[in-house]
Amino acid sequence: MAEIFSLLSFGPEGWGRSLLSAAAMTVAVAVCGFLLGLVIGGLLAWARLAGNMALRIGADTYTTVLRGIPDLLVIYLFYFGGSLLVTNIAALFGSEGFVGVPPFVAGALAIGVVSGAYQGEVFRGAFRSLLPGEIEAGKSVGMNRFLLFRRIIAPQIVQHALPGIGNVWQMALKESALISVTGLVELLRQSQIAAGSTRRPFEFFLIAGAIFLVITWISQQLFQFLEKRTTRGTRSAGAA
Amino acid sequence: MDFAFLGQTFLQLFSGIPLTLQLTAVAFVIASILAVLIAIIRTRKIPVLDQIVGFYVFVLRGTPLLVQIFLIYYGLGQFRPTLQSLGLWQFLRDPYWCSILALALNSSAYASEVLRGGLRSVPVREIETARAYGMSGLRLYRRIILPIAIRRALPGYGNELILMVKATSLTSTITLMEVTGIAAKLISGSFRPVEVFVAAGVIYLAINFILTRIIAVIDWWLTPHLRRPKTIAAKLEPTHV
Repeated sequence: MAEIFSLLSFGPEGWGRSLLSAAAMTVAVAVCGFLLGLVIGGLLAWARLAGNMALRIGADTYTTVLRGIPDLLVIYLFYFGGSLLVTNIAALFGSEGFVGVPPFVAGALAIGVVSGAYQGEVFRGAFRSLLPGEIEAGKSVGMNRFLLFRRIIAPQIVQHALPGIGNVWQMALKESALISVTGLVELLRQSQIAAGSTRRPFEFFLIAGAIFLVITWISQQLFQFLEKRTTRGTRSAGAA
Repeated sequence: MDFAFLGQTFLQLFSGIPLTLQLTAVAFVIASILAVLIAIIRTRKIPVLDQIVGFYVFVLRGTPLLVQIFLIYYGLGQFRPTLQSLGLWQFLRDPYWCSILALALNSSAYASEVLRGGLRSVPVREIETARAYGMSGLRLYRRIILPIAIRRALPGYGNELILMVKATSLTSTITLMEVTGIAAKLISGSFRPVEVFVAAGVIYLAINFILTRIIAVIDWWLTPHLRRPKTIAAKLEPTHV
């Protein structure tokens, strides 16, 4: 047992410091991807609800394709495909040889593109739950589209979408572990490095799992708190 | 895009399809058996077991599958002498069985939640009626509870199957040559990521499309009571000839 603590110590011999900074990297890449996913999801929901035929078919296809393909393939596409693109562009400017995409960028893009497909579905469901009467009432008191969106539509969408968005965030967080294949030193990659150099894979992968568990637990609490805040004004069936 | 290369890539990726399907099927069957047990334990709130199983689900849903795969494949190697004396080593040194184990455990946690939702949706009055007829235990589950719960849970359960197909791609990281594994090899060999991605993507989409159709057919077949009755065309026959 004491051995584990020395493995994890924050001193020069221990892996504590590097594991913590790797955990920060995991959160950073997951947050960046998640935020990009929010934007893509919003656009997709808008395209499917309000867009013309072409936009709707486009958004439908995007959602079906991204939800049907393994995330790992998408990561390979962005990492290797992105590097190919960057190398070709660099060649135009007279550079020779291989130019790689930073794994952080490729990873965040991949998470964003995949989670966007799921967020689009969440937003669409939330929009469907709006009562048409409320929108009509807003229009009848003379709200313009922007005011209507800000006062009536957005607050309710946020409330209805929050549980689904929470799920997508948990997915994005766990998906970030796959970015280790590109060599980005996030939590799993760092554990692999530590496991390789100490020959203690069991302990280090267990610790990586435990840190992931702590992060998912904290985010779960955070989303529950947000849910409580956004539903303050509504009556639930459980309330007297 | 180079179509000749694309065709060649397709042919090479096809050889990975059997392994992808096999991993999916074997792990899904094991996961389903575990998931039914977990869901029953959790809905009946069997003391001690309920807490243990609840923690199991929390841990497996809260950590990435890739960590679980690495923990089983690389981590358990540390206990080789013990595993050898138990006779488990021949399974756990094989990436195929490690993958099956990780996929099945992971999916059982998610699937049990889907089933739990299904079990919770069984109306209490149906169970009470069955008890009034003297059914209990296994017979009550077999005749009343499971048929209702399975119908309610089927759409969500279908999603789990699709997720399982996608999850098998992670086994390529521990050397299994299923579709994604071959794709990764082709990308690093040819450095033509776009063509390989398109070909592998089409294969996965086709597999998932077929599976969703099969689930839809099962759903249709299990819910005859929700089908619109065939409209009986009124026959207009002359009454007097």
